[in-house]
Amino acid sequence: MTLDKFLVVAAALFCCGLYTVMTRRNAVAVLMGVELILNAANINFVAFSHFLSRVMGGQIFAVFVIVLAAAEAAVALAIFLRLFATTGTVEVDTADQLKG
Amino acid sequence: MTPIAMDTGALVRGLYCILPEMVVIGTAILVLLADLLLPEEGKKRLCHLSVAGVAAAILSALWLGPGKIEGFSGMIVHDGMGLFFTLTILAAALLTLMMATGYSEWEGTQKGEFYALILLSTSGMLFMAEGTDLMTVFLGLETLSIPIYCLVGFHRGRMRSLEGAMKYFLLGAFSSGFFLYGIALMYAAAGTTRIPVIASMMRDARLYGNPVFLAGIGLLLVGFAFKVSLVPFHMWTPDAYEGAPTLVTAFMGAAVKAAAFAALLRVVLLTFPAILPAMSGVLWVLAALTMTVGNFSALLQNNMKRMLAYSSIAHAGYILVGLTAGGVAGGQAVLFYVLVYAFMNLGAFGVIMLVAQREDDGYDIDNFAGIGFRYPVLGGLLSLFLVSLAGIPPTAGFVGKFYLFGAAVRSGYVGLAVLGVLNSAVSVYYYLRPVVSMYMAPAPEGIPVPRPPRSAFSFALCASAAAVLLLGVMPASALEFAERSVLSLLM
Repeated sequence: MTLDKFLVVAAALFCCGLYTVMTRRNAVAVLMGVELILNAANINFVAFSHFLSRVMGGQIFAVFVIVLAAAEAAVALAIFLRLFATTGTVEVDTADQLKG
Repeated sequence: MTPIAMDTGALVRGLYCILPEMVVIGTAILVLLADLLLPEEGKKRLCHLSVAGVAAAILSALWLGPGKIEGFSGMIVHDGMGLFFTLTILAAALLTLMMATGYSEWEGTQKGEFYALILLSTSGMLFMAEGTDLMTVFLGLETLSIPIYCLVGFHRGRMRSLEGAMKYFLLGAFSSGFFLYGIALMYAAAGTTRIPVIASMMRDARLYGNPVFLAGIGLLLVGFAFKVSLVPFHMWTPDAYEGAPTLVTAFMGAAVKAAAFAALLRVVLLTFPAILPAMSGVLWVLAALTMTVGNFSALLQNNMKRMLAYSSIAHAGYILVGLTAGGVAGGQAVLFYVLVYAFMNLGAFGVIMLVAQREDDGYDIDNFAGIGFRYPVLGGLLSLFLVSLAGIPPTAGFVGKFYLFGAAVRSGYVGLAVLGVLNSAVSVYYYLRPVVSMYMAPAPEGIPVPRPPRSAFSFALCASAAAVLLLGVMPASALEFAERSVLSLLM
């Protein structure tokens, strides 16, 4: 395995995440897209740390990012749950009271 | 593979360097514990406890002093600039918590988690302001953002609060993704995430000519632009600011912005000089767009919160003018302006919090008609803060803008400075609109009586007003402190 292959996978994952965030209207799906982007960065960190650098920095960062992503998902789902309880949907477009 | 050694001395030094952060986090944990033990009517003690904790953190930061202390093998540093931003952020948190004494009673945020979230978010800001490693900056950014997402949606039954929280979360998390991917690419090119090390490597053309590195720094800039709400990454700002409980809006404008600019300043001042010709063009365009779009959108607003949200976008643009100028003069101007902006922003929100009776439609500009003569103190204070935001002497806002645009002229960005001054002239219109309405519009029948402020609330307002006036009349010592802080970073 070479570094290039990891980078291609990470870049592909990043683009998938970007596409998901841009096109999906469901808040939970957008959250999934964000998770893809974070994990693409994680793959980069681990690959670079393994192939290029002598210290473990990258791997440790990846662990931090996994924890952060979990915390972020917890908060996001709590917000979406309240939104669902109030409006009965988590479509991004239905939340349109704030304008101007 | 070298083993990572950490002896006790280094650990103690590291903990010593993050003393203010530890005090703030400790207070947050204490507040959560006390929340379980206190009866319902004693909840206001939680607010007092938080205020005391932040005050203790300010003292501990002063005790550490402006000397450079590195902790955790250079992941975090307490230097002059760290101290300046630590004090700014903690002062903003202190004023916010003092205002919370009244606000929580009226709006039902008298809860342990409300104060704990404010404190935890503050700790994240401190880490972000003192981080010298891109990873510390990222962790600080997330530690500050996640509690803020919760705070924006704290009014769980109010649709606009939830909507603001959702929009802020989706765009905030998206921008964090960009930020992190940017760091990963920079790590790929440089082999390190330490900001000073990257800065010293920047002299090497192989690094700054590397497309991977440039892509990384571009993505990082996008992440920052989202957080400090630069046009065209500002779409979330008005919605999140309008939806959030007003106290949280005030805190976001003052403290979050300060923390994000602290980290951005560290990155820009240290690493950009080598790639300045390319980067200053980008910053120039961002600053011009942000000022213009922010100010012209604010002209159309009828809701005070939304107007101040657009005004905060415009102010991010002014601060970016100082960043574009760069160097000691630009850095000094940015530091001073961030400090001043925290006071005038908190003060303005504090007064409108008292006048508006309800969230949502209570913040309409028409509600402020006739307030000026009937409640002279409130009218006078709001006028003072708005005049300062507009940048009219003898207030601190004028001195701040003078130094920002002065730094731009000295670095040869005359066009940008002219644009900034023209924008300030436009902004006078929408800042004086509420003032005109307060003093010249006839008061309607059944004019709402502003809420009687608690003593801590009044003190916070008076302190902000005093700071705005004092920094406007005698800015020398604060400017000198700011200059020394920037020099300590560049040495």
